[in-house]
Amino acid sequence: MDFTRRETLALGAGAALMTILPFRANAAVEDVIAEFTGGAAVADGGVDLTAPEIAENGNTVPVSVEAAGASAIMLLAAGNPTPGVATFNFGPLAATQAASTRIRLAGTQDVIAIAKLADGSFARASKTVKVTIGGCGG
Amino acid sequence: MAASAMVGASGFGNWARLAAQQSLTQDQLLEFDTFGNVSLIHVTDIHAQLKPIYFREPSINIGVGGNKGAVPHVTGADFRKLYGINDGSPTHYALSSGDFSSLAQAYGKVGGMDRVATVVNSIRAARPDALLLDGGDTWHGSYTCYHTEGQDMVNVMNALKPDAMTFHWEFTLGSERVQELVEGLPFAALGQNIFDAEWDEPAEDLFPPYKFFERGGVKIAVIGQAFPYMPIANPRWMFPEYSFGIRDERMQEMVDEVRAAGAELVVCLSHNGFDVDKKMASRVKGIDVILTGHTHDALPEPVLIGETILIASGSNGKFVSRVDLDVRDGRMMGFRHKLIPIFSDVIEPDKDMAALIDAERAPYKADLEEVVGQTDTLLYRRGNFNGSWDDLICDALISEREADIAMSPGVRWGPSLIPGDDITREDIWNVTSMSYGEAYRSEMTGEFIKVILEDVADNIFNPDPYYQQGGDMVRIGGMAYRCDVSKPQGERISDMTLLKTGEAIDPSKNYVVAGWASVNEGTEGPPIWDVVESHIRKLGTVTLEPNNSVEVAGL
Repeated sequence: MDFTRRETLALGAGAALMTILPFRANAAVEDVIAEFTGGAAVADGGVDLTAPEIAENGNTVPVSVEAAGASAIMLLAAGNPTPGVATFNFGPLAATQAASTRIRLAGTQDVIAIAKLADGSFARASKTVKVTIGGCGG
Repeated sequence: MAASAMVGASGFGNWARLAAQQSLTQDQLLEFDTFGNVSLIHVTDIHAQLKPIYFREPSINIGVGGNKGAVPHVTGADFRKLYGINDGSPTHYALSSGDFSSLAQAYGKVGGMDRVATVVNSIRAARPDALLLDGGDTWHGSYTCYHTEGQDMVNVMNALKPDAMTFHWEFTLGSERVQELVEGLPFAALGQNIFDAEWDEPAEDLFPPYKFFERGGVKIAVIGQAFPYMPIANPRWMFPEYSFGIRDERMQEMVDEVRAAGAELVVCLSHNGFDVDKKMASRVKGIDVILTGHTHDALPEPVLIGETILIASGSNGKFVSRVDLDVRDGRMMGFRHKLIPIFSDVIEPDKDMAALIDAERAPYKADLEEVVGQTDTLLYRRGNFNGSWDDLICDALISEREADIAMSPGVRWGPSLIPGDDITREDIWNVTSMSYGEAYRSEMTGEFIKVILEDVADNIFNPDPYYQQGGDMVRIGGMAYRCDVSKPQGERISDMTLLKTGEAIDPSKNYVVAGWASVNEGTEGPPIWDVVESHIRKLGTVTLEPNNSVEVAGL
């Protein structure tokens, strides 16, 4: 069978998509969190994480975090080869403790935010962001 | 209703009476005791169907997670039993599958925007300030819509005078054309979730989040919700300036904002899809009515989630919903609802609208009416895994493109044809028309084909509706497989078999795959409608065997 150059290129694109696996997780995540918290307990709630349910483009996913009174918020992409994305530090003069960024996701995975709150305790939020091939919308 | 503080009658009951009569008049279809002080008229997912058509509802529509066995995931005889609909009645024909071909002969075609105009005018006669709201997927889906880039539908809808609209397939006209059309609209183009992709800020210049209306002495806010997953389900490169998403946090902000500004009634005009709207209604507080769209469900009664009523008005011009509301003391106290089926032989066409539709179609008349072949088989699309139209399209792709396997997108639009019908060029375009209809031919490994099937299956069978995109399973020709809907992504698809040899699909082997509607930029190939037309011409008369190539498990 013959393939045109463009069809061959299209096959290359298809092969790249094969790296999309159903759900990615990286065992290093808990270590990174433990390092940030010093092993302290982490409660659910107290930090807001906003991310799309399904990424429009896995290469640039808008994510925002907010935690009133926090001194630092760490953002993790739990399924990326390197889960650490950023740690936002807020000084005493910060008007709000909120930050937005765009991150690249290797596939469907949980995005996690850990906030160090004013009283020194830690809060956690996570959200599954799906990275999909697309197509077939009704 | 028990959990609700609302009082007052609902319109339930009309349907059982109608069904028992076995005969219909326009007066019966339009019969409605005007109620309260506000009327909403809802049309959605018309998909550019200006003329009456047949439309078979699905026989397979599986609900998962919390929606297992809940409407709209109830079909056929189960649906009729649930709503007390008699077998063989007009209601059976309009709302459910089963005996479709024979009932279609008895009750005729449905829809037609000239009939819709008659219904809208009749409601306005009873309630002159009724709000007419269009849920989107209006400027897509026909030969004339394609060739006029949506202008025929814009002209027809402008004549119907809607008050607001939201969007989905409209954006596949390309952002430049969408902007041009929206700038000229004499009504509101709403979408609280339509954002500027670069700055991730609301694109409020063209698409405000909401609009206020004063009707019947009631201050009403209509909030728009466009299809959340447009850049994923449709080609992102055609509207790169825009970003969408469900953004239910912002929906809550908008509801709070309009309530603070004095809204006594909050209506969400949505293209989320039914299950997504159900979940949104449970998370966002303060919406009185969600006019749902996208998943093409037609329900004879509203579904109540908390104190929010969800209205599902079908597709392809087949239904108009009328919702009368009693709004007093700043809140919705009660409702009366009717899903009005547009039986085209019963409802008189509105003459002005009929003339306008014919004028829009006149330049294309000969092309539209050209007979390409005939069918001996009922041709329909709706169903989670396949439909006979897609079986025919997949046959065309395998035969005309010399492929092992064919893929046809799991869209839910596209009218039906009954045995004995001619297949015209218009009929082929009604099930294939789109701005990215190139029929590609490519080579894929068995492993990659499984990745695609798993990916699409998760868009339907993920137990969390927020991760569903509202389409059906990609249709497969030339290959059988098994799908366990109860499993997670990666484990649903098994037993993939190449039909022409009967051999199991080899993950590492390459197969020639033909398909259409790729979301990738630069896809090349002949238009799918030409591929299908050429195939039907060779067949002369279409006769299809039942498709049993997908084994469904985990129900």
